[in-house]
Amino acid sequence: MPTSPTLSGAPRTQSQAPETDTLRELEAGLDSLQDAPVATRINAGRILLPVGTVLGLLSLWQLAAWFGSPREDLFPGPLQVLGTAGELAADGRLGEAVGTSLQRGVLGFLLALAIGTPLGLLLAGVPTLRRGIGPLISGLQVLPSVAWVPAAIIWFGLTDATVYFVVLMGATPSIINGLLSGVDTVPPQYRRLGTVLGASRLQGLLRIVLPAALPGYLAGLKQGWAFSWRSLMAAEIIAVGGSIGFGLGSLLQQGRDLSQMAMVVSAILAILIVGIAIELLVFSPLERRLLRRRGLAAGASR
Amino acid sequence: MSILIEKLSKDYGGAPVLSSISTSIAQGEFVAVLGASGCGKSTLLNIVAGLEPPTAGAVTVPAGGAAFMFQDAALLPWLTARANIELALQLRGVPRAQRKDQAQQLLELVHLGDAGSKRPHELSGGMRQRASLARALGQDKPVLLMDEPFAALDAITRDLLHEELERIWLAQRRTVLFVTHNVREAVRLGQRVLLLSSRPGRLAAQWDIDPLVRTDPAAQAALTQEITQALREEIRHHAH
Ligand SMILES: Nc1ncnc2c1ncn2[C@@H]1O[C@H](COP(=O)(O)OP(=O)(O)O)[C@@H](O)[C@H]1O
Ligand SMILES: [Mg+2]
Repeated sequence: MPTSPTLSGAPRTQSQAPETDTLRELEAGLDSLQDAPVATRINAGRILLPVGTVLGLLSLWQLAAWFGSPREDLFPGPLQVLGTAGELAADGRLGEAVGTSLQRGVLGFLLALAIGTPLGLLLAGVPTLRRGIGPLISGLQVLPSVAWVPAAIIWFGLTDATVYFVVLMGATPSIINGLLSGVDTVPPQYRRLGTVLGASRLQGLLRIVLPAALPGYLAGLKQGWAFSWRSLMAAEIIAVGGSIGFGLGSLLQQGRDLSQMAMVVSAILAILIVGIAIELLVFSPLERRLLRRRGLAAGASR
Repeated sequence: MSILIEKLSKDYGGAPVLSSISTSIAQGEFVAVLGASGCGKSTLLNIVAGLEPPTAGAVTVPAGGAAFMFQDAALLPWLTARANIELALQLRGVPRAQRKDQAQQLLELVHLGDAGSKRPHELSGGMRQRASLARALGQDKPVLLMDEPFAALDAITRDLLHEELERIWLAQRRTVLFVTHNVREAVRLGQRVLLLSSRPGRLAAQWDIDPLVRTDPAAQAALTQEITQALREEIRHHAH
């Protein structure tokens, strides 16, 4: 053993000082050359471009409704839809629908998160289990979760449980698979580093593998949310009545029953807008922060 | 005696990668292992580190084990330079209260005292390798294994890091096994240079480097020339 290699056994003996200082200066010079100021400007194009595109599309739609459509009740323009949406908002139906759906979507998603994450960890940690169940999970991810609606109605009747069950079956496989692919793509170097640093299995998992897998996991969550939201709409359209509350899917279905195209389009837009809002307000910032912290800042096209 | 390698052989199921390598490395010795790319240097180091089992033969390292420094710094990108070092301290069992101070001392040791709160992507290649060196030193192992740690750096930075490493080695006198494909680097740093042949990797030759050679550019150049010649000879064997 070298004489107890404590850190204080380190340098700075008088005889070395001058040489060390030169070295320090040289290194400081090189290091400071590295410190390039990072431009953090808000890119106007990132906001203006999509907004402009949407406005352009809306104008085209309005023009088509004015000049191209013989029947306003079958092809309402954006102004008419806006009017209907205003009425729906005024009598409280739109707000109720958005509130109910959002609450279910978020709750269902959190439930899927709470179930999918430990399951994913278990599969990542036990290869035999993964070989057995992995293909099944991937299969479930492909199965459209609408397929579960009839079964859920038979089991749970027209209750909220039906809706949550369908959301769960839609989102959980994506979350599990996201976590698994995140763990799969952890560079082997990091695991070796863990071994070299003397990490136990659990320490290696918690301190190295999981943080390294975070980007893949987040991608899985994003997809899981998309599946939650879609499954929820499907369930709400099919399962109406009973003790099931009034969601956006129910609003859509009501518009169809009343043959009110403007109401249908209002509901579609509301579903779209909620989806975009969650992406922009929750997932995008999370993702950007995660990538930026790792020096993987999203490229100019995002 | 610090490291003892006895008739070490390794294959991955096919042709042997390492064949019957034997050597012993004294405590506090700085040994450079030199060889062409793909001759099995990393394999040798991984076996000494315990990352891979040998196919035959034995390796003895001191009870404390070995610290390892990778060619790419292998800093965890989601942690700051300081947190990377603190992680090594934590996994070694240093109590939380002391980690911060010790990490700062280590950063200052490699002249990164002010860069501790930066993330790896904000550091230059040389700074990353210094942080990585600080982390390896933080493992506080009697043996330090280094796998071409400076190979990807530019010449000026590499020269600086050679001085840095030598300074720390002189102060701490750990046993160092340093792998490189660069003859000048081997002569510059090693007290002893081992030359590995390729396919299979055998101990082809070794040189003890007289400390006086370091201060005498002519002698250093002559020795570098001699070893380069031997390395080329090894490589030429594979021409047909
Ligand atoms: N895990 C592995 N499986 C199979 N072959 C390997 C593996 N690791 C290394 N090798 C082979 O062993 C030889 C030596 O590799 P390596 O030790 O990385 O060489 P060096 O570090 O000297 O460049 C190479 O031919 C390489 O292809
Ligand atoms: Mg190598």
